[in-house]
Amino acid sequence: MSEVVKKFLYLNRRAPYGTIYAWESLEVVLIGAAFDQEVSVMFLDDGVYELTKGHSTAGIGMKNFSPTYRTLGDYEVKNIFVDRDSLAARGLSEDDLVAVAWEDIDTGEERENIVEVVDAARVAELMEETDCIFSF
Amino acid sequence: MSILHTVNKSPFERNSLDSCLKFAAAGGSLLLIEDGIYAAVKGSSVEAKVVGAQGSLKLYVLGPDLNARGFTADRVIPGINVVDYAGFVDLAAECDKVQAWL
Repeated sequence: MSEVVKKFLYLNRRAPYGTIYAWESLEVVLIGAAFDQEVSVMFLDDGVYELTKGHSTAGIGMKNFSPTYRTLGDYEVKNIFVDRDSLAARGLSEDDLVAVAWEDIDTGEERENIVEVVDAARVAELMEETDCIFSF
Repeated sequence: MSILHTVNKSPFERNSLDSCLKFAAAGGSLLLIEDGIYAAVKGSSVEAKVVGAQGSLKLYVLGPDLNARGFTADRVIPGINVVDYAGFVDLAAECDKVQAWL
């Protein structure tokens, strides 16, 4: 563990598959796990579509990277936030989202699902609290 | 005389669907593809707009793009036909021309 631990926030606002943003973001999150920082991932606007269940990409000949989101807890990601208004505007609810489990390998602390639906004020607060925002 | 309109952008991020609905003449067809399929999902803030368009246009959504994004036919607004790639080809062949709202 490095001496200085910074709060990293990955902010996702794009739908998957139509553009490369979602995949690129996921790659950076996985790479960033090597740096032992405190990492949160946030989904706003069309980014909420990244976290929906049941992606089946056989018909479009693209890699289905949806299962990778469920492993984020194993890559140092401690918190995943989803904007409530973005879900509602798209006819989605919390039930449409994948669950992401988390376990601290040092303390054995476990959380069944680190995905948290939050309101706009909390989104703003989280952006203020973080040291560094990566935008996708 | 009919035009097949395609929209491949999310209605929440771009104005492709709005422009399509503004300029598409009655009697045409609209096929939602790629990120455009999000407009076909029930319960969203663009549902009323899409339902309104059904009065003058025939609406379709591409099944493989719908499934890739985690949705199945039961989540689609009633009256929008889910088609496969062969259906896309049929639509393109039946219509006189294609306008892609990119």
